Amino acid sequence: MKKTYPDADAALAGLLFDGMTIMSGGFGLCGIPEKLIAALVKAGTKNLTVISNNAGVDEFGLGLLLQTRQIKKMVSSYVGENKTFEKQYLGGELELEFNPQGTLAERIRAGGAGIPGFYTKTGVGTLIAEGKEHKEFDGHTYILERGLKADLSIVKAWKGDAQGNLVFRKTSRNFNPMMATAGKVTVAEVEELVPVGSLGPDAIHTPGIFVQRIIHGQNYEKRIEQRTVRAV
Amino acid sequence: MPWTREDMAKRAAQELRDGFYVNLGIGIPTLVANHIPAGMDVTLQSENGMLGMGPFPTENEVDPDLINAGKQTITELDRTSYFSSADSFAMIRGGHIDLSVLGAMEVSEDGDLANWMVPGKLVKGMGGAMDLVAGVKRCVVTMDHTDKAGNSKVLKKCTLPLTGKACVHMVITNLGVFDVVKGGLKLKELAPGVTAEEIGAKTQAALVS
Repeated sequence: MKKTYPDADAALAGLLFDGMTIMSGGFGLCGIPEKLIAALVKAGTKNLTVISNNAGVDEFGLGLLLQTRQIKKMVSSYVGENKTFEKQYLGGELELEFNPQGTLAERIRAGGAGIPGFYTKTGVGTLIAEGKEHKEFDGHTYILERGLKADLSIVKAWKGDAQGNLVFRKTSRNFNPMMATAGKVTVAEVEELVPVGSLGPDAIHTPGIFVQRIIHGQNYEKRIEQRTVRAV
Repeated sequence: MPWTREDMAKRAAQELRDGFYVNLGIGIPTLVANHIPAGMDVTLQSENGMLGMGPFPTENEVDPDLINAGKQTITELDRTSYFSSADSFAMIRGGHIDLSVLGAMEVSEDGDLANWMVPGKLVKGMGGAMDLVAGVKRCVVTMDHTDKAGNSKVLKKCTLPLTGKACVHMVITNLGVFDVVKGGLKLKELAPGVTAEEIGAKTQAALVS
């Protein structure tokens, strides 16, 4: 089965429908699938539930999908950098479900690994625990959190091959590997599409079984949120 | 003279031990990295997926693929490793991180912490704070002792929604250092020029001797 597609529009063709749930990789603007987000804006798919640690900034990342009002609900751990988000949320146009970051990561990992729920001590005694099953293990209290899946996962990697094997670079890995496992369909965009066999089997972070479609993205912007430098 | 932000960071750095793996929160806790005692081997974890965080980059070293949890550009070290967010929180939740230093809006005499939400104000999210306080071996908070109006932020019970219950081990404020012990907070050190009477007057939480 051919996994490579010529561009982001082609890679998403036939996968999109209104009201769908999409996982989108990245932490802040680091490691976000910028080409696939742009293609989603172009496709105009509506009423999306987007599972992503953050919500981008006003002019970039998931902020673009907020500007076009394509997102109905966000599932995130931190959304502080986005005025469009703020306006739509306060205006009641946008739903928001906060998850502690580690709980979000584990829910996605669990969803992709066929685990429908797990117990964690994160959030016990806080608003997060309200309405959730509590259980004692070895004298400590834990809450039940559910695994998460999505209709589509869009992820960004540094290198990939036609088998869908992926290698991430530095801290742009973040949520991408788990999200690749938790989508009914996973589409990856990579900066370098390399010949099969050249990645080195021991070095592959995401095995190709988790990736159904892959594109070679061009001209990455890779915007930086907080450029912080020291004097030489 | 009460402590400055830098002084509080310096005091928090005294809680570091050789060989520690440490996660530093945003704000005053970030400054702790500037005060790691010379010769002490401390590895900084960043919850977005990095162990062994280096200093800020020079202009030429800036790499958009290399940021810390505050989304600031950062550098790597010889010891650095990278991993997914799931592995990162396995380190945190699994009790592999020795110490976390976090900011606080309120702390209670039972060691409850509130640092993520003010009802009625726009909530940005808890990020990794709830996981950190639930999972790390030791949690130190740095904060101002009172709000701008002079009301104590060291309370019997937190008024703001909690980040975690009974999770704080030590409180460092601009006025002093406190251990969280059975029955309340135990004054351990005073900032220069601050008296025990002043602490008593500005602390709502039970102080035990």
